[in-house]
Amino acid sequence: MAEPRPVLEMTGIVKEFPGVRALSGVDFRLFPGEIHALMGENGAGKSTMIKVLTGVYSLDGGTITLDGKSVRFASPLQAQQAGINTVYQEVNLCPNLSVAENIFIGREPTRFGRIQWKRMRKEAAELVDRLGLDIDVTAPLSAYPLAVQQLVAIVRSVSTGDGDGEGQGTKVLVLDEPTSSLDRDEVLELFRLMRRLKDDGVAILFVSHFLDQIYEICDRMTVLRNGTLVGEHMVSDLDQVGLIQLMIGKELDKLEELHEHQLRADVGETLLHAEGLGRTGGIAPFDLEIKKGEVVGLAGLLGSGRTELARLLFGADQPDSGKVTVDDKQVPMNAPNDAIGAGVAFCSENRKAEGLVPDLTVRENIILALQAARGWTRPIPAAQRDELVAKYIKALDIRPANPEARVGQLSGGNQQKVLLARWLITQPKLLILDEPTRGIDIGAKAEIQKLVVSLSEDGMSVLYIAAELEEVLRLSHTIGVLRDRKLVARLTNGPEITPSRILETIASGEHQ
Amino acid sequence: MSATTQTPTAPDSRTTPPSKLTTLLGDRRLPVLVTATLFLAMYIAGLSRYQNYGFGEPQVFLNLFIDNGYLLVAAVGATFVILSGGIDLSIGSVIGFTTMFTAWLVERQGVSLPLAVLLALGVGAFGGFLMGYVIHNFEIQPFIVTLAGLFLFRGLCLVISKESISISDSSVSSLAQTRVSLGLGELSIGAIAALVVIGVAFYVLHYTRFGRRVYAIGGNEQSAMLMGLPQGRTKIAVYTVSGFCSALAGLLFMLYIQSGDPLHAVGMELDAIAATVIGGTLLTGGSGYVIGTLFGVLVLGLIKSIIQFEGTLSSWWTKIATGVLLCAFILIQRAMTARKQT
Amino acid sequence: MSTPSAATTSRWRALTHHHLFWPVAVLVALLLVNVPFTPDFFSIKMTDGHLYGSLVSIVLFGSPLILVAVGMTLVIATGGIDLSVGAVVAITGALTCSYISDQADQNALSGVFLAMGVGLVAAVVCGLWNGFLVARMGIQPIIATLIIMVAGRGVAQLITDGQIITINSEPYKLIGGGYWLTLPFSIFVVAVVVAVTVALTRRTALGLLVESVGGNAEASRLVGIRSRRIKIMVYVFCALCAGIAGLMISSNTSAADGNNAGLWIELDAILAVVIGGTSLLGGRFSIGGTVIGALVIQTLTTTIYTIGVPTQTNLVFKAAVVIVVCLLQSPKFRAKVFGAKFGPKSGATSGGSAAAEPAKTVTTAEAAPKMEVS
Repeated sequence: MAEPRPVLEMTGIVKEFPGVRALSGVDFRLFPGEIHALMGENGAGKSTMIKVLTGVYSLDGGTITLDGKSVRFASPLQAQQAGINTVYQEVNLCPNLSVAENIFIGREPTRFGRIQWKRMRKEAAELVDRLGLDIDVTAPLSAYPLAVQQLVAIVRSVSTGDGDGEGQGTKVLVLDEPTSSLDRDEVLELFRLMRRLKDDGVAILFVSHFLDQIYEICDRMTVLRNGTLVGEHMVSDLDQVGLIQLMIGKELDKLEELHEHQLRADVGETLLHAEGLGRTGGIAPFDLEIKKGEVVGLAGLLGSGRTELARLLFGADQPDSGKVTVDDKQVPMNAPNDAIGAGVAFCSENRKAEGLVPDLTVRENIILALQAARGWTRPIPAAQRDELVAKYIKALDIRPANPEARVGQLSGGNQQKVLLARWLITQPKLLILDEPTRGIDIGAKAEIQKLVVSLSEDGMSVLYIAAELEEVLRLSHTIGVLRDRKLVARLTNGPEITPSRILETIASGEHQ
Repeated sequence: MSATTQTPTAPDSRTTPPSKLTTLLGDRRLPVLVTATLFLAMYIAGLSRYQNYGFGEPQVFLNLFIDNGYLLVAAVGATFVILSGGIDLSIGSVIGFTTMFTAWLVERQGVSLPLAVLLALGVGAFGGFLMGYVIHNFEIQPFIVTLAGLFLFRGLCLVISKESISISDSSVSSLAQTRVSLGLGELSIGAIAALVVIGVAFYVLHYTRFGRRVYAIGGNEQSAMLMGLPQGRTKIAVYTVSGFCSALAGLLFMLYIQSGDPLHAVGMELDAIAATVIGGTLLTGGSGYVIGTLFGVLVLGLIKSIIQFEGTLSSWWTKIATGVLLCAFILIQRAMTARKQT
Repeated sequence: MSTPSAATTSRWRALTHHHLFWPVAVLVALLLVNVPFTPDFFSIKMTDGHLYGSLVSIVLFGSPLILVAVGMTLVIATGGIDLSVGAVVAITGALTCSYISDQADQNALSGVFLAMGVGLVAAVVCGLWNGFLVARMGIQPIIATLIIMVAGRGVAQLITDGQIITINSEPYKLIGGGYWLTLPFSIFVVAVVVAVTVALTRRTALGLLVESVGGNAEASRLVGIRSRRIKIMVYVFCALCAGIAGLMISSNTSAADGNNAGLWIELDAILAVVIGGTSLLGGRFSIGGTVIGALVIQTLTTTIYTIGVPTQTNLVFKAAVVIVVCLLQSPKFRAKVFGAKFGPKSGATSGGSAAAEPAKTVTTAEAAPKMEVS
């Protein structure tokens, strides 16, 4: 059987941001009537690739060929008109309008400038029907759960070009993590729709962090790592362990060489105990025990529920079920205040949005948590404050070592250290670090890891989340393995625990 | 997204809309219904209380339109802006300016009335356009930009003249006194104009692409942009509409009062915004109806007439009652949006 | 650009980069405009043991605005806004004056103090209500405070029964119209309120927590700041300031006018805050900047009066100031207008911004992988 011509071909794609080469010479092809997964770890370049394809970013090098014609899109609108449509993780529709309007807005059928509501509803109902969905198109979008809204977004995007005669009809449909907040039934509904579109000859580019879903629905996959192409494989030719190795980029035995222990051997008695803690749409109920002075690492792919678990333990999101005890006392977990009161501290992975107050100085950012705990009436005396700040600036080597500098102007690594200093100053019992080493340079990375070890030696417990397995292995006494929003295994670190063992656990989703 | 989706019946309930009760509570038309009911209840209460004082005359009802026609037009403009998620504080000043400007053109400059009317409408619309342009292009909060508009137009009133200018043009007074009989009673030109504006606004909001875009950007501006809607153009147009409506309201006000005065309609933007909110339009944008605004204005007008009929109550009760209603409706809106989020 | 001595350049840069530079520059410029028209503009005369002069009267007439604007600064710093201050001014003045006018002896100190207490308690109640709606009910500040803005004047007129209550109380007259130690007493009131505010925000941790809540609400929540309490406190404080301003205005005229007392003062106050360099989006605030901003507005009024421009153009000038200040604060406007001319040049000229460059590239570099998450 002769290989059909790809509907979309991207060759030698290069995209640069100031100081970073996000994509360097990536090739990618997409055939009509296939579902193609774009795989890669965090920062591999998946989103950049999609944004280049859909006209959000301009191209710095390489060519895009659609249906044999060379194209270059200056805006998402141009890409849409050429037949490339995208549905993002967040539903980009207007919840206050009806389903029919959301499908048609901007290209409503009109006669002499008057919107023909009846025709629009009829056409919308036909479209929805044709795709095998049972949705009342006259109801407002907000009446439906997120999953259905997601489906409506897909209906809108595949129908653009059908109505107004300007467009080409959908050739390529890009689904960027559409399943991350759906439950199983909803995912099945989505897959049903995807298969139907596939049968219609639409080429679908699918991004998901759920490995099972990739293996369930996709035909072919392209793996990226650090902005370069690692390989293109048929899904049936590559097993899950092989895929994870490709994504992470190291042979298993090489990984094991890096594995070494620097941790203190003994840990104390139980500090924190979570029982049946869970949140719908976040993470399935889990049990977790953290001992005094213990470092618990969380391993799992991006989107496996690592952050969600951490946020529940801190009360940043309210749990639906379960309870948490710290030092045998139950903590209410209604708000971060409750957790902070019990001695839990949390450094978010999202430094800018959830950590720093960029307009304030380094000093002010460092003392913020301690000050919040003391209340506004009891300011930290200036001398004590300056001494504390100076101590931590020195200890963590924050640069510039100027407490008056605006924190928004610091580099990523130094911002991370400011956040660490903020919590260390409060002397917490448990420090939760979510991706503390992401986006910072090697030197700062090593310093932060050393710090974790020494904190543990001083008796502080740490919950450590990192994308890199070696990092988790090197630092943790115990490793919690997450997959598809579930805590699937809990491994005690030791010589027999190797990166390959963890990878197998992630891939199989079972405790072995 | 509820946990119940795991029960066997779930797939059905997932793709069909929720139960009737929830639909009713979440229905966007509910606030309009509440306002209409409130209006009816107040009207019936007025009927039973002031029956012997002629409250039941159809003309009393029609007078609501005659006495509040200008407010109705201004509130329609406010409805457009609020639906799009913005706010316009310059309404009262533009109304005041229009009365002054027209009176000055006609009385002091000898400009013919039709030309003066056109000029006034043009200036109002242009003022709105400018504010919209600044809001969109420089991303400054509508609150501050229209605040500058408030100062500017009120200042321009005073620049024209510190004294009020009464209008002696015979065509104005004859227009003002013209009444169109409806059998049961009569309406003034201003009232009819206001009803026409309501009708046009309803058509524009529900039967044109522009109208639906106003709802879309009020619902979620970011999404509207990603859906490829020209959100900047729509925003500027919305403020232009509001400026135009304010100028038209100013003309109606002038017809009603027959003078231009630099202090006319001070604070009327608050009445217009209050009428819009009481009429069920969400202040955060994206939800509401001009019909609701009509009822909002009628409720405010009815409060005024009831206070007049009561005789012993003073005019400031109008403000207090407006504030209390505003508060009640804001809390209702809050409860509705809170339900949607869960 | 290294032709003159580098030291003066950098000192000049430091000066122009101080957050109070532009407000002060505008104020000084406005004051200087008066000199050609009124040569003795800066002179202060002593008559009957009282100081008189243009500068004194600017501060005197600007006092209520300064008070309201100082309270407004804290509200805006938390990312809010308070439209109800004008109504609160009217309510406080009305309550206090009607209470005093009911007294047999309007000059009795105890009665005057009690009356002021009643007025200020009413102001605090208004503030609590605003704070409750914003912090507890989660209603947008602009909407929440609209309620009292609309209803408040009605309440004030209700209290005064629609009349302008005039009173004749010597002790009460002191607050807004009296003199003490050769200066208008209201200047002392303002000085005390400003000093208390600065102490309250900078001697305690309140200022830091307010800036944190306004600067990044989510981060503040995750760091354990009880932002509800802080917001309620700030609205109460703002209403209290407005209440004191209400006392001052009614005392100055010895009358309470429910309709016109404090009319539009909320808009002037917001303007003063913005001129003073506090962003309407919340975060960093400057009480000193606000005081200067309020003085700028008052000086503008005085200047228009003294240079013989018809006073009615006052509002037009004010509109111009609002537009210019907001445009200058808008990053988009600066990028469009100055970006092409000054953007590349400023990077090349100064050592200061060159040092900031590496930090900037690092942040953007770091932003790139973050796009992956979204």
